[in-house]
Amino acid sequence: MSILTTIELLPLVGVLALIFTPKAQSKLIKQLAVAVSLITLAISVVMALRFKSGTTGFQFVESHPWISSFGINYAVGVDGIALVLILLTTILVPIVLVAGWNESEGGRFSVKTFYILILISETMMVGVFAATDVFLFYVIFEAMLIPVYLLIGGYGRGDRAAAALKFLLYSLFGGLLMLAALIGTYIIATNQIGGTFDLTKLATLTIDKPTQNWLFLGFFIAFAIKAPLWPLHTWLPKAAKSATPGTSILLLGVMDKVGTYGMIRFCMTLFPDATKTFTPAIITLSVISVLYGAFLAIGQKDINSLIAFTSISHFGVITLGIFAMTSQGLSGATFYMLNHGFSTAALFMTAGWMVYRRKSSQIEDFGGLQRVTPVLAWSFFIAGLSALALPGLSSFISEFLVLVGTFTRYPVAAILSTFAIILAALYVLIAVQKSLHGEVKPGNESLTDLGLREKIAIAPVIAIIVLLGFYPKPVLDIINPASGVVMQHAGAVDPVAKAGK
Amino acid sequence: MSAPVLNYSLLAPILIILGGALLGVLVEAFISKALRATLQLGIALGSVVLSFAWLWKVHNESSISAAVKSVAMDPAGIYIQGIILILAFIAILLIADQDNFTAQASALPGSEEESVAIAEGKQQTEVFPLTLFAIAGMMLFPIATDLITLFVALEVLSLPLYLMAGLSRRRRLLSQEAALKYFLLGAFSSAIFLFGVAFLYGYSGSLNFNEIAASISASGNNSVFLYIGIIFISVGLLFKVGAVPFHSWTPDVYQGAPTPITGFMAACTKVAAFGATLRLFYVALDSVDGTWKPIITAIAMITMVIGSIAAMTQRDIKRALAYSSIAHAGFLLIGVVALSQAGLASSLFYFLAYGLATLGAFAVITIVRDSSGEVTDLNRWVGLGKKSPLIAAIFSIFLLSFGGIPLTAGFVGKFAIFSAAYQTGNMAIVVVAALASAIALFFYLRIVLMIWFAEPTNDSVTVVIPSFLTRTAIFVTVAATLIFGVIPAPLLDSAKNFAVFLR
Repeated sequence: MSILTTIELLPLVGVLALIFTPKAQSKLIKQLAVAVSLITLAISVVMALRFKSGTTGFQFVESHPWISSFGINYAVGVDGIALVLILLTTILVPIVLVAGWNESEGGRFSVKTFYILILISETMMVGVFAATDVFLFYVIFEAMLIPVYLLIGGYGRGDRAAAALKFLLYSLFGGLLMLAALIGTYIIATNQIGGTFDLTKLATLTIDKPTQNWLFLGFFIAFAIKAPLWPLHTWLPKAAKSATPGTSILLLGVMDKVGTYGMIRFCMTLFPDATKTFTPAIITLSVISVLYGAFLAIGQKDINSLIAFTSISHFGVITLGIFAMTSQGLSGATFYMLNHGFSTAALFMTAGWMVYRRKSSQIEDFGGLQRVTPVLAWSFFIAGLSALALPGLSSFISEFLVLVGTFTRYPVAAILSTFAIILAALYVLIAVQKSLHGEVKPGNESLTDLGLREKIAIAPVIAIIVLLGFYPKPVLDIINPASGVVMQHAGAVDPVAKAGK
Repeated sequence: MSAPVLNYSLLAPILIILGGALLGVLVEAFISKALRATLQLGIALGSVVLSFAWLWKVHNESSISAAVKSVAMDPAGIYIQGIILILAFIAILLIADQDNFTAQASALPGSEEESVAIAEGKQQTEVFPLTLFAIAGMMLFPIATDLITLFVALEVLSLPLYLMAGLSRRRRLLSQEAALKYFLLGAFSSAIFLFGVAFLYGYSGSLNFNEIAASISASGNNSVFLYIGIIFISVGLLFKVGAVPFHSWTPDVYQGAPTPITGFMAACTKVAAFGATLRLFYVALDSVDGTWKPIITAIAMITMVIGSIAAMTQRDIKRALAYSSIAHAGFLLIGVVALSQAGLASSLFYFLAYGLATLGAFAVITIVRDSSGEVTDLNRWVGLGKKSPLIAAIFSIFLLSFGGIPLTAGFVGKFAIFSAAYQTGNMAIVVVAALASAIALFFYLRIVLMIWFAEPTNDSVTVVIPSFLTRTAIFVTVAATLIFGVIPAPLLDSAKNFAVFLR
């Protein structure tokens, strides 16, 4: 059993332990869940340290036959891109658990169920990034929706049932398209090299152009729904508004990355020709997403919707970086996936605490928090700065890389997207000003500042944001070889600047 | 003229069931009422188990001349019989809960006689022998290789079902109406079927599948007789499987029949009818596939789409599941038009996946009740998750399996059957199937949503504690649905190995 499988299975062991813990022992349940997620984190860090960053190809591979009559294997392995995202998952889960200590209470289901669902999600999130068998990926990709659906519908606020259903329907619809494309790919493989779902083997297929286009679209639409790309994004603000902060962090911070990850891993690797065909259209959609998300974020009154729309804008940047087809763009996009995870986590976490204290998620209800709750206010401020990609914070480097990478090939798209940075400053600073500065609004006078538990939760996230802002090299060293492989496979060569430029 | 030579060993599985049925009739007539119910249940379960054991014993043998070339005990036939027996066993566990059945079928609804019969506990148990007769017919149906045997099997399985549909204890008028509708439409479709048989006989001069196939390849396929024959026989079969536009009986009958019987019909009848359909098209008519494939493809498409859309508009859970079963008939027709070994193998897997979830779902319906019996109004299922989380979770798993969510058996079945269709290059049907799945998913999820996320109304709906047998049925089906979803390989492999029709 490889270390990867261990990381996947550990949360499930935790689930087993939780099942046998009495329902009433809610404190014990929480401690148990946190302990399990910390052990998982520790082992994933060990894996990261043992990862040989110079080499290309998958590491820690493991493969067992699963459904042999269709050539389906339980096959896992990581390259730099997957490793980074798995680390993001295992780091965020314990943080989410500690930050949202009380989220599980007052839900439709029990406290125990909440932690079981979170741990099941963790297994699936690790599994989805680790899968090198496309069928395995698909199964987890779809099955992962159920725990999130229950988390939103069971523990959320407001119109949670409708939000959960909308989320699920959008995702499942995309999933069905992907299933059709998946079967198509499998049949082509059956005719050419024998039935298999092995990613590396499927990448060697020769598929004629029209078929490739259809298959590409099947996969891409599923991923574009997941990583919300305009115009398939409409489920996201609703879900973010209704979900608990913890669920939102996992959903936007990690699971939506499966969409962008899938674009890199499957769309570009399996269908390089179709990727080239669709690139202009996707670049256009990405730019629209970037600007649309930013514009709408400015007008949001609900703090969670605001974060959701900023995410739409940022996912646009990530997709832009991926389909710019340059190694900087791709590395930047991958790095952004990581950074967006942390910066969204910080935002949702701090916003969640503000909402929890004020019992309102309207931005206008806050005000003067800087004076009443200085630590919370500073945390929110830093999270906001990270979202607007301030130099010195990690998002800046990734956004910069994406824009540089895009500029060499699509200067107009890059320039248009640069406007989003200005817009980002606008929406973040407006929100900061309205909620943190100015007079202390009535009802805010007696709010309490962050407690020790909350400080413990936010500290590592801010530390990572700052650290990677100044010293991104270790992560980029892991990402770069992997994105080089992807670019090479997609047949893209970095454009060389013409003389005199 | 000498007596025909019969291979009794290969025919024994059917004969055992028929023997059990006859024994059941005698028990019904001569044994006192105190012992009757237990004995009948014992005979029914016993003969199913014995029959299955025998089937297991002969599962490696095969012959097309077991009964003068009128049946083919071939791997696929044996596999389908096995599936029917497994599903029937579970169905009998549900039928054993006699509370669902009227005490005296002969007593008029609302009459003095009826209330006396209930008060005195004069429960008649003719449902058990009837079930066994139906099972025998179902087992014969998919192995019949001549048109007369096919017709006889069709009648043997249908006639008991007409009666069984009318046996409900509560809402008896609805139940009797359902029985009458089913009978009239069934008789009509039988007549059409027979009409088709006559034309095929007129065309080929034979009733035997192989000889029909031979005369098709010998004389070309442009005969009007052949086309008429194919069309009319197809109508008869499509009626039984509940494909659009021959589906209109399904919701009424499924709603009116006692719920265990509905489960039995939805699972076993469908498997048997598809078994026969597959054999007819794969063995007798495979060389004229250009003729029937476009028609069946079109029917499969509209069946999937209409079944899924109509399911959404239903307010009664049994009617909704009836439309869902129609949609599944559409998915199964994909396996018929695939006309390949993969198509057959995936159908075999789908049979079991669908049948188990169907029986489980109907089993759950039997235990959601208020003081006047089962509650089938969907609006009153709201908030079931709070009243009984376990049962609600199990029901949700069945719905997810119907919807084809990964890690359930339904997903693997759908995947297999889509792949088979893809392999034959039939892209259009895969696309329509994917869209229909999306629509159907919406419907299934809406029910899941109602069960879990809507506030329960102040209602007398409760989940009664199921009897031991019903509980067994529910747990077996839910466990199988999950196990075949996570570890489908053994079942898929066996289905692949058995996916052979002998000629």
